[in-house]
Amino acid sequence: MRLRLTIGAALLAVLTACAPANNTTGSASHQPHSSGSTGDSCAKGNLHLLHPGRLTIATSPTVYEPWMVHNDPTNGKGFESAVAYALARHLGFSSSQVDWVKEPFNASYQPGGKNFDFDINQISITPQRAKVVDFSVGYYNAAQAIITLKSSKYASAKSLADFRTAKLGAQVGTTSLEAIQNGIAPQQQPLVYQDTNNAKSALLNSQIDGIVVDLPTAFYITAVQIPAGTIVGQFQPTSSTQEQFGLLFEKGNPLVVCVDKALSAMKSSGERGRIQQRWLSQVVNVPVLR
Amino acid sequence: MVEPGRQRSGAALTWRHNPDPQQAGWVKSDRQLDRERDQHRRAVRSLTLAATSTVALAALVAWVLASSPGWQRVQQSFFSWEQAEAALPSVASGLVLNVQLFLTAEPLILLLGLAVALTRTLRSPVTFPLRVLAVVYTDVFRGVPTLLVVFLVGFGLPALNLQGTPTSLFQLALIALVLSYGAYVAEVFRAGIDSVHPSQLASARSLGLSQGQALRHVVLPQAIRRVVPPLLNDFISLQKDTALVAAIGMVDALNAANIYASTNFNYTPYFVAAGFFVALTVPLARINDVLAARAQRRMLGGAR
Repeated sequence: MRLRLTIGAALLAVLTACAPANNTTGSASHQPHSSGSTGDSCAKGNLHLLHPGRLTIATSPTVYEPWMVHNDPTNGKGFESAVAYALARHLGFSSSQVDWVKEPFNASYQPGGKNFDFDINQISITPQRAKVVDFSVGYYNAAQAIITLKSSKYASAKSLADFRTAKLGAQVGTTSLEAIQNGIAPQQQPLVYQDTNNAKSALLNSQIDGIVVDLPTAFYITAVQIPAGTIVGQFQPTSSTQEQFGLLFEKGNPLVVCVDKALSAMKSSGERGRIQQRWLSQVVNVPVLR
Repeated sequence: MVEPGRQRSGAALTWRHNPDPQQAGWVKSDRQLDRERDQHRRAVRSLTLAATSTVALAALVAWVLASSPGWQRVQQSFFSWEQAEAALPSVASGLVLNVQLFLTAEPLILLLGLAVALTRTLRSPVTFPLRVLAVVYTDVFRGVPTLLVVFLVGFGLPALNLQGTPTSLFQLALIALVLSYGAYVAEVFRAGIDSVHPSQLASARSLGLSQGQALRHVVLPQAIRRVVPPLLNDFISLQKDTALVAAIGMVDALNAANIYASTNFNYTPYFVAAGFFVALTVPLARINDVLAARAQRRMLGGAR
């Protein structure tokens, strides 16, 4: 009898544990917090936040230059860190009211509630992805670049077609991979690495002829990590559209509207341009491959 | 052993309740019939209870899943039929690499494992350095995570820039897997060899076989038969670990799933890949069962 009671109690406990959680970040509750009930829905007190009064930003567990500096998102250095803090200021947060959480790229699009307000991690906006998550407006117009070793026969290539015979590598989950498949369509299947570091090792080992990464990363790689490497040129992953990086939000998060407003204000005031000038100024004068 | 007294009293009972002289031989007593009825009733009752509780639990799980507010999104993200269909071709073509790697690596692993295990059985003082090497090899490669071996061999070996080192990624991946699994399999073989009773070797030697002949004809046949199930177990594990070659950029089933997943923000392809791996593993597991049953039959030697 005692056993049956125990089983019954356990079942009850399971049922209670599985009961639908009160999901404050869910798409069902779009009403903003009503603490500062003024008319402006994007006033700091009205923002829809994970933790009231604090802005929680996610990025990947390891971050690279020039997006962030010294693997530390909190120092405000690097393009993405600087954009994040400037955006926080526009939304009414001081630097000390910004919290960072680590979110591996693969986990950022899982269904259900997120443990961040938005994720900043060089995530390209694509229509397929936008079905699962919400994106802000683009905060950076990205381009893809091909890096080879200076000694490679591909270092003097003048067009994308020249790379058709090359063995190329890219990082998984980046549009660089799509760029290879759509823009170049090489005869050999590209190799796909879990991160850019591994792609670099393969390039140094001549296991691949070139790696495709976004242009600012390409600058950092050739300037710091592979001095023997060179940027052959830049191109767009799909010929018709401009690739953009956007902030990633949980689907239906009403905060997107206010962040979009702030990003647009930063763009028109020239603030974003200044940040870009500061951290990504080298990214000019790279021949465009077609 | 049944006490004789009790047996007698039982028999007496039987005849007292069934005094029918026409029926030759043994007749079930009323008590026996009662007992059988009761057993039947109990069987039906426990079957009904088991079936009801199974159905109830399944229904409960299904209800909790389906009624949870996020179920639709979970289904869409993890179990979407359209996504599975769309990802199937690329995952399947990635699986070819897994199967190739697995089939090529397996015989090499067996050879290496057996060679290392035999090296450890050597007794001559001249072979001492070989024995040390064998011990160091099994210790190191069983201790180091397979992923690290894949990295080291895949990126480290070509970086040495030595003449004659393979450059093909397939060969490098093969070397890494063989090195890692060879250590496990060597230990399995050694366990098998150690499990053969020393008297077997001693009697073989006393019959005039040399140490080598005794190993070859007496010890190894018994040892290998014993370790077939653990060997197959290691190979099932190897099948899955072929996915580790994704670390050096090769596009196997898992990497193909990863590519699709991160492009479309949908996890379904991982389940497609998992389905393929299970489909590969199940036949091996059944072969394992058949082999185990055969070994059992042989040991019984016809007795039941």
